[in-house]
Amino acid sequence: MRDEPCVDPRTQGRIPDAERRARGPCVVIECLEEIPCDPCHDACRRGAIRPFDDINHLPEVDFDRCNGCGACISVCPGLAIFVVDETWKEDLAIVRLPYEFLPLPAPGESVVGLDRSGRECCAARVVKVEKTKKHDRTAVVWIEVPKALSMEVRHIRVGGSACGLRET
Amino acid sequence: MIGAGPAGLCAAIAARDMGARVTCVDSGDRPGGQLVKQTHKFFGSRGQFAGKRGIDIARILAARIEDDPMVDLMLESTVIGFYDDGAIGIEHGDCLTFLKPERIVCATGASERMLAFPGNDLPGVYGAGAVQTLMNVHGVRPGKAVLMVGAGNIGLIVSYQLLQAGVEVVAVVEAMPQVGGYDVHARKIQRAGVPILTSHTVKAVHGTRIVEGATVWALGSNFQPIPGTERCFQVDTVCLAVGLTPLADLLWQAGCRMAYIPELGGHVALRDENYETSRPGVYVAGDLAGIEEASSAMIEGTIAGLAAARSLGHSRPDFEERLATARAELAALRAGPKGEKVRRGIDRLMRLGREVGIVA
Repeated sequence: MRDEPCVDPRTQGRIPDAERRARGPCVVIECLEEIPCDPCHDACRRGAIRPFDDINHLPEVDFDRCNGCGACISVCPGLAIFVVDETWKEDLAIVRLPYEFLPLPAPGESVVGLDRSGRECCAARVVKVEKTKKHDRTAVVWIEVPKALSMEVRHIRVGGSACGLRET
Repeated sequence: MIGAGPAGLCAAIAARDMGARVTCVDSGDRPGGQLVKQTHKFFGSRGQFAGKRGIDIARILAARIEDDPMVDLMLESTVIGFYDDGAIGIEHGDCLTFLKPERIVCATGASERMLAFPGNDLPGVYGAGAVQTLMNVHGVRPGKAVLMVGAGNIGLIVSYQLLQAGVEVVAVVEAMPQVGGYDVHARKIQRAGVPILTSHTVKAVHGTRIVEGATVWALGSNFQPIPGTERCFQVDTVCLAVGLTPLADLLWQAGCRMAYIPELGGHVALRDENYETSRPGVYVAGDLAGIEEASSAMIEGTIAGLAAARSLGHSRPDFEERLATARAELAALRAGPKGEKVRRGIDRLMRLGREVGIVA
């Protein structure tokens, strides 16, 4: 088992560990500050996102119940919910992320994977783009990334290749 | 109802539901106030439309009063005065009309703060509200490259919306040592590559006729700028999101007792639990009552609308329940660490209210 990537210490116990991720797709909720918000609980039909005693509490996930369906992704007003599937292929993982920019990428298109600070991580292939009425204009983009970057890539840039960052 | 934003519309709905006749006056050309430019999904609970976009909430609320014979919606109409006898003057085009309502819910919202720096009068220096109106209401980009000043929720959200409009945001500067807005809003722009420079402010904006660039510098302890830390950005737009202050002119004119409460954004009216001010029959709601989020503005409007209608003798079977639910939801929204400042402000306001006998 590889080392856990360096992540925000506040995620302790709140994001699925490597062992859980190796078992199949699951949700990664990067909501680490108490704000009054609870739509993610209502969105989960499997009861994996536990009820809120206080609307300000952080979401609590039961990772045994979560099957990574992704119904919560586009519901989160903070765009803080992702689904990671490390069982996709031998070396490749899927990251599903909320995306509210135009143009939307097309399946098969190559995009640039960006980390939480906007740094380019890798080229990523778009596998699927979900955008139904239920998504309410927050598309969910499925990208294929190197497995080691599944907990790093959190945004994409459509158009342009990697390492072409514009100087300001 | 003076103002048809989130607070005014909810006040109108609540008072109408109680059986009151309502006139809702707004200077805008459509109902919704600031909601009409909020393209992002809202936080809060289901009761306040959490997960829905502000633009859609404006439509939902407006639909609840439109075509209702009990509600008059006067758009492009500005309340210009509050007179001694309780009448208000309303300007609409060339026409000035007077209205003498039995109760008034004042929900005029807030105005944006300005920041003093050389060049702040150059075309290209905008308030965040104007940038949102241009982009999200009229579909006009304010510029090509923007420096955002202020990392409260408005600065963060407008930065994100600028990115969505295809505008480059070179940086967000924030005088405080930490981001003031929600962490998730900050992350949305950070992962898109926008740096947030905390403990930084604008030194000057340059340009001969229009904005051509901006210099920022770091702030040390006591917010003293540190010479030698200057950084220059080539931008054609500087967007100020440095806070809001309640738009309280009418309350002053009405003779309401006011208090300066920095935690609530400036001068606010003393008021009781039902949001009634020291002037009987005049209620406040929304940002005018204290700067907060739209979700709390909607609940305050509901409380003020219910209470105002009740005081006229109107009622309905679920009145008590609805009022209690609204109060509980409002308390829940403010209960978290991000609500600490507002709670402190309201505590002070209520203490002052008790001293002068407005609050029981």
